[in-house]
Amino acid sequence: MKHWSGFNIASVAVGLAFLYLPITILVIYSFNASRLVTVWGGFSTHWYGELFHNQGLMDAAWVTIRVALLSASVTTVLGTMAAVVLNRFHRFPGRLLFSGMVAAPMVMPDVILGLSLLLLFVSLDLDRGFWTVVLAHITCTMCFVTVVVQSRLVSFDRSLEEAAQDLGCPPWKAFFLVTLPVIWPAVAAGWMLTFTLSLDDLVIASFTSGPGATTLPMKIYSQVRLGVTPEINAVCTILIAIVSLGVVVAALVNRRQEQRRARDERLAAQ
Amino acid sequence: MAAAPPKSLGNIRRSFEPWSDPAAKPLIEVDRVTKSFAGFKAVDDLSLAIHPREFHALLGPSGCGKSTLLRMLAGFETPTAGDIRLDGRSLTGVPPHRRPVNMMFQSYALFPHMSVEKNIAFGLKQDGMARSEIADRVAEMLKLVKLGPFAKRKPQQLSGGQQQRVALARSLAKRPKVLLLDEPLGALDKKLREETQFELMDLQQELGLTFVVVTHDQEEAMVMADRISVMRDGRIQQVATPAVIYEAPATRYVADFIGNVNILDGTVESVADGRVRIATDAGAVEVEGANGVRSADPVAFAIRPEKMRISRTPPERADVNALRGEIWDIAYLGDVTLYNVKLATGNVLRSTVINAHRGIADPLTWDETVWLSFPSDAGIVLTA
Amino acid sequence: MTAVPDNSPGQRTRRRPSRLSRGFVVAVPYLWLLFFFLLPFLIVFKISFSQTAIAQPPYLPVIGLADLVSGGWTKLRQLTIDNYTWIAGDPLYVKAYLSSLRMAAISTALALLVGYPVAYGIARAPRSIRSLLVMLTILPFWTSFLIRVYAWIGILKNEGLLNQLLLWLGVIAQPLTILNTDVAIYIGIVYSYLPFMILPIYASLERMDHRLVEAANDLGCPPTRAFWAITFPLSLPGVLAGIFLVFIPAVGEFVIPDLLGGSSTLMIGKTLWDEFFSNRDWPVSSAVAVVLLMVLVIPIMIFQRLQARQEGAV
Repeated sequence: MKHWSGFNIASVAVGLAFLYLPITILVIYSFNASRLVTVWGGFSTHWYGELFHNQGLMDAAWVTIRVALLSASVTTVLGTMAAVVLNRFHRFPGRLLFSGMVAAPMVMPDVILGLSLLLLFVSLDLDRGFWTVVLAHITCTMCFVTVVVQSRLVSFDRSLEEAAQDLGCPPWKAFFLVTLPVIWPAVAAGWMLTFTLSLDDLVIASFTSGPGATTLPMKIYSQVRLGVTPEINAVCTILIAIVSLGVVVAALVNRRQEQRRARDERLAAQ
Repeated sequence: MAAAPPKSLGNIRRSFEPWSDPAAKPLIEVDRVTKSFAGFKAVDDLSLAIHPREFHALLGPSGCGKSTLLRMLAGFETPTAGDIRLDGRSLTGVPPHRRPVNMMFQSYALFPHMSVEKNIAFGLKQDGMARSEIADRVAEMLKLVKLGPFAKRKPQQLSGGQQQRVALARSLAKRPKVLLLDEPLGALDKKLREETQFELMDLQQELGLTFVVVTHDQEEAMVMADRISVMRDGRIQQVATPAVIYEAPATRYVADFIGNVNILDGTVESVADGRVRIATDAGAVEVEGANGVRSADPVAFAIRPEKMRISRTPPERADVNALRGEIWDIAYLGDVTLYNVKLATGNVLRSTVINAHRGIADPLTWDETVWLSFPSDAGIVLTA
Repeated sequence: MTAVPDNSPGQRTRRRPSRLSRGFVVAVPYLWLLFFFLLPFLIVFKISFSQTAIAQPPYLPVIGLADLVSGGWTKLRQLTIDNYTWIAGDPLYVKAYLSSLRMAAISTALALLVGYPVAYGIARAPRSIRSLLVMLTILPFWTSFLIRVYAWIGILKNEGLLNQLLLWLGVIAQPLTILNTDVAIYIGIVYSYLPFMILPIYASLERMDHRLVEAANDLGCPPTRAFWAITFPLSLPGVLAGIFLVFIPAVGEFVIPDLLGGSSTLMIGKTLWDEFFSNRDWPVSSAVAVVLLMVLVIPIMIFQRLQARQEGAV
């Protein structure tokens, strides 16, 4: 395809502008000196300083990060296992139910997921708090790891694993020594995806959290309902910066690897 | 340069050769066309004339510019310089959908969401042809490529050979002035490919169309084409009939690209009565009818393996056109046997012997000393 | 090269992982999902047939494990379908369901209208910058949903930036009321879910062999017509995937109607939330959830069928 017409360029530009403008405005206004969020009162980092003295926000941020780290890690293991099951095991009792349960949370409204998990915890008489949020997040984000890893497994060359087995490796060892290193980028991507999903989640956390385990989105939400404030703009900016940094670094690493592979292939072709 | 051939080359007499008639008007004229991609010249100052009803093959290795030339004919690429004329009218600025040429794509490019019938009808619909007429034409095309029972199938439900025929039918349905074929048989297996080559030729004869086919397979080009353009690095090395390309290659590259050849480098010793005597490092050779070379010119002597006689006894004249060596390798291929003969100078020459009899008494064996001999009209002199 | 099919029985048994590790790999995620995904749904289903009570938990009957073993029958008879008749009888709920579907449909259509040209533009971009453009499309998705919705409040409100700009340009004389209307919700949904529309369409366009369009041109089809005859039909799987990926979550959306919508906005996700948190009526909110699930089950199943067919085709 060689003609990137004016119309094509314009639609991409407009689309990206639409995606980025609101975020950009938010970031800019987090540096607004004025308390009135829609009137520019000069540049200031005042609100960032304010932030670090807001104990409530800092506590919420700490809870959120712990929840996200823990749930993303467990989710990645479980989700990878589910991906292997779906990709490799074609016949076992209840496979249909299993694949349905893996995929369903992806398209299910958060309110339903949150409500149902809450009712489970109530029936079990579990005290709601940090751990219930972790359990809920693991359950609701597992499907994303499974999808990412499974799509990588589909294109994975099974003969690599067969070669390992042929050379005397038992199947489980072949998976850890051969398969896992090859599909590693997909597993890492799954981790990152679930980490950010957990970081972002408001609805499920609101249902399943209890006293003393307020997450950052819950905190932000309760303040946002009262209106736009520069502090919230500042919090959001920091979150955006962290996430963008993570994504950009991941993309660069990925790209470096691709370039290396391309160079290797060129060398091999010579 | 090779001289005008003294005898008719090859063992075919052609009745169709408009290219040797100066009054004949070519259908396609490629006029000094250059196509550069980011500084790289895919096609370099190339001129070519293709005549009505000709089956023309563009032959060359991948990257020689043959596909680019074809895509310029179809209109998918615009020449950087030069002009392409069809029936005397310039095609510059004419978009692909307005050109009276159709293309058969290498990957076939069959529309996966349309049935065989719809694929064939597609081009006709674009012309706003009446429904009943389209139906008739589609039926006719299906019959032509023998795919009648498959009309309602989707392309994915057909074998490779059937898909190839759908693609052919689709590109022929509009009765284009010129049909462009990009590696038309590349995706087929060997046996099917050989059959299809003859089918394509018959079809072209029957419909009286002009075909331009791109291929990297020299045998395919030799079988099908009236004339072959051998291309290299965006330029044409030689345009001629298969027989001329084989028997009188214009350059060393062409001689080497088509078939097997033995090449000996040397210098012209003398030129007399149209006979050239060349001193090669393997011995002296004499060639008939090589005009245009002069004494002391550096040249190459080329001879095809089947034109050399291999024998245990020396020929009558052993001082010229006779080389002595020992048999190094033998390969039995059924129809012919190959002998690689190593000369005292280290050159290895190949000779092929046709196995016209099922058995022979006392055949040659490894390490035997043999003579390779040939008449003076068997080889040619190459200057480029 | 195609992979060698493994139909020889000897090879099969060799390749199959040992029973124990295989059982373990299946059991762990399976049991997890049974316990944390399926069981909660059964509980929601059960509670939706319970009665509201001023108690902890606030519903009756409370059926414990012990009751299942012995003498649960009397408790089971306390279950009622009152919650469902209540939902069906109250126009508020019916309207909320219908308006959720309507708003999700409108937003999905708008997202398609905006997303398709972008996806097409990216697919036609020079190869060198294509992956960058895809990354730029995904990037906003990684930043918090809540933040992205929140960002629109400052833009859309009466004294917000959009109105300031329009007033300054002289397009309008009076500030427009956009925030707290359905329009704001449409903007919010389109904005939040746009990447879900763009990516599958892009994927199907990118996968498409551009020689098909060339072939159409070659057969006399001008570019615009070739788009509708070839490109668009072949991108339909992507379009359908995009439609479902936007429509399904949009129906049950809570954050967007809550933050951008007005008091008159009815969306079922918000209704459920209010029922649960404000009215503390667990049985009714369970019933609302069950009905919402029923409403979504059909599109979800169509979507999964499509996905399965897609994968089967690859």
